[in-house]
Amino acid sequence: MKKLLSGDEAIAYGAWRAGVKFATAYPGTPSTEILEAFVRLPGIYAEWAPNEKVAVEVGIGSSMAGARTLVTMKHVGVNVAADPLMTFTYTGVNGGFILISADDPEMHSSQNEQDNRIFARFAGMPLLEPADSQEAYDYVEHGLELSEKHDLPVMVRFTTRLAHSKTLVNVEEKALDKELRGFKRDIKKFVMMPMYAIPRHKDLLKRLADVQAEAETSPMQTVEMQDTDIGVITSGIPYQFVRELLPDASFLKLGLTYPLPEKMIRRFAGEVKRVLIIEELEPYLEEQIRAMGIECTGKEFTGRLGELTPERLAVALGKAGLKPSFHPVQTPPLPALSRPPVLCPGCPHRATFTALKKTGAHVFGDIGCYTLAALPPLETVHTCVCMGASIGNAVGVAKAGGSQRPVVAVIGDSTFLHSGITGLLEAVYNNANVTVIILDNTITAMTGGQQHPGTGKTLMGTDAPKVDIETICRSVGIKHLWRLDPMRLNELETALRDSYKIDGPAVIITEYPCQLYPTRLKRIPMVVDPELCNGCGACLRVGCPAILTTEELSAEGLPKVTIDADLCTGCEVCAWVCKPDAIKFPVSEEVEHD
Amino acid sequence: MTKITNVLIVGVGGQGVILASEILTEIAMRFGMDAKKSEVHGMAQRGGAVSSHVRFGPKVFSPLIGVGDADVLLAFEALEAVRWAHYTNKDSKILANDLRLIPTTAFLSKGTTYPDDPFAELEKSGYHADKIPADQIAKDLGNVRLANTILLGALSKHLDVPEEIWLKTIEARVPKKTIELNREAFQRGRSFNSKAK
Repeated sequence: MKKLLSGDEAIAYGAWRAGVKFATAYPGTPSTEILEAFVRLPGIYAEWAPNEKVAVEVGIGSSMAGARTLVTMKHVGVNVAADPLMTFTYTGVNGGFILISADDPEMHSSQNEQDNRIFARFAGMPLLEPADSQEAYDYVEHGLELSEKHDLPVMVRFTTRLAHSKTLVNVEEKALDKELRGFKRDIKKFVMMPMYAIPRHKDLLKRLADVQAEAETSPMQTVEMQDTDIGVITSGIPYQFVRELLPDASFLKLGLTYPLPEKMIRRFAGEVKRVLIIEELEPYLEEQIRAMGIECTGKEFTGRLGELTPERLAVALGKAGLKPSFHPVQTPPLPALSRPPVLCPGCPHRATFTALKKTGAHVFGDIGCYTLAALPPLETVHTCVCMGASIGNAVGVAKAGGSQRPVVAVIGDSTFLHSGITGLLEAVYNNANVTVIILDNTITAMTGGQQHPGTGKTLMGTDAPKVDIETICRSVGIKHLWRLDPMRLNELETALRDSYKIDGPAVIITEYPCQLYPTRLKRIPMVVDPELCNGCGACLRVGCPAILTTEELSAEGLPKVTIDADLCTGCEVCAWVCKPDAIKFPVSEEVEHD
Repeated sequence: MTKITNVLIVGVGGQGVILASEILTEIAMRFGMDAKKSEVHGMAQRGGAVSSHVRFGPKVFSPLIGVGDADVLLAFEALEAVRWAHYTNKDSKILANDLRLIPTTAFLSKGTTYPDDPFAELEKSGYHADKIPADQIAKDLGNVRLANTILLGALSKHLDVPEEIWLKTIEARVPKKTIELNREAFQRGRSFNSKAK
């Protein structure tokens, strides 16, 4: 059956088809939709793990148990999971194991654009790079076979462009029936202490050599011999762009890119006059092919930044002296007012950062919707490094004495449970003068509303024990803790100011649900009394999409505001900052007093 | 049809750009063509600009339309037509909803402001957009959500795909009780003449 599937959905269907019964992940754009699609398929178990390291450890367990296993994450998640992965290649698998690394060149929704192909090579994991949804679907099964045959975990790496593009896929109606092999004690394989790890490392090199031999004849490598003046070696999504721009060239399109098929590459290079390497980000293929002693070029034209879009690639090919089929008419874009993403109407973060801004603190941020508070008009988040970094960053600044202001860390509930707890332990253990705000909106919001250990629900939709964040904080030794509703901005501001006076760490848990997930929330929209509005703009500076300026001017000559009733959720943050008290709930016309 | 058709659909997060592009991709698929659709989402629902690339033909490689290579630019909001106009060329068609959504950050912007008339702005730079009053027509039909179907109707006139495939695909995507209304909306969009006064 032909289906229109995104790369993410294709991975889910492909895994199901290949007999994967067990999948685990921590959500992260652009990988999140894989498990959201997988969990809807019959006869499987899928879960959100607290973080990527745990996901890989659980996945290793599932593989040890002999189940075909899928673990998915975004590129930076692999950093978190690196510790178990680097040794998992030594032990090898029982049931086939696929790690999905969804990379994000161009940083559409990420803090960096690292190229995880290098990670696969570093760890010694065979690497597959699909170029469309059909290949994403097929490669999961190829990868699982490779994994079981060669006793290795396999990385399937693709990018946002593939994850979020929809293309046609031939989907099988039935899943393969894979028997659960069961866990067997095998300490030489699974106990990685030096006496066993040393021979396993040697064995890893042998297993990789076997994969390399297989890479020479793998159906995932394709050769298209056309005009031999130019031979392009490429992999993944860039193939699609370059194949269209150089329709007559010869192509070696690699699907299995670690270990590289050296003989095949030599043969191809020998048959063409000139070898051009087209790849996004790092010169991963180019450096290895050069090291084979093959003359080639690529990065000097394409550069190492962002996505290779058709127009960028056309320019690069032009620099390389080639004539691409498409010549971008480089008309500059017309100036247009930008439309940056903003916090949603009713978002509790707006309240928290409005109160926080008043206290003049240095604020160390983390990964989540609240990173948007770094931008105008809130401008209250001053750093963002990686998941869980906020608390450690704040402790470092406080301990180094580099700030004369209150030092505050802000971290969401899901991020706190992901990797914030150890940071808090550090703050307690080393008695740092920091205030940690845990923004508890009871969901993983940024990635589209995923459950986590604090929400009381699992990915499968069953009830789960709801971890209590206060109990965690108290148990690591936090003595000063507030739990409050951030929409009561006065109380929040007072708590913040009180926390700044404490010697040692303090925690403020702001509790208010996300307005979008799991269900969209809306109360009575507020209205502006045009008689009272003086056009001061204080409400505009909380950055709510529901507040709009009008043509009507106040006595001060400033535009008065109005509130879009469709967008407004009635959160009252704008009313809190309105000095003339012009923003109110509507007075019902039916209620009349004598 | 041997050539590849490039349709760029743009708008603001929450307007239904992604759904519309998905419907168009499905229409192409039902017409027996290879089709690819690509966009970046994730932060879109937080009020950002959204663009979705749809390409179809006998065989499609690139999931992205190159700058200057769109055959049709369909804008769900007028300023977005201005933002993406450079993706078109002198032979392209620009269709834009006569709707102005002013971003909340407009008051903070120091240089660029929201244009008084985005359509005039386009003309000044040598682009012409057909103005489709989709929201107004939708209101006339009694349901603002029909604006998307009206815009798809307007788009259908410029693509070489039989009308019944459009209707069949749209009907499969909308709630059963709104099928008749959506048919009507599609026809209103399809027959709308932007030059008529």
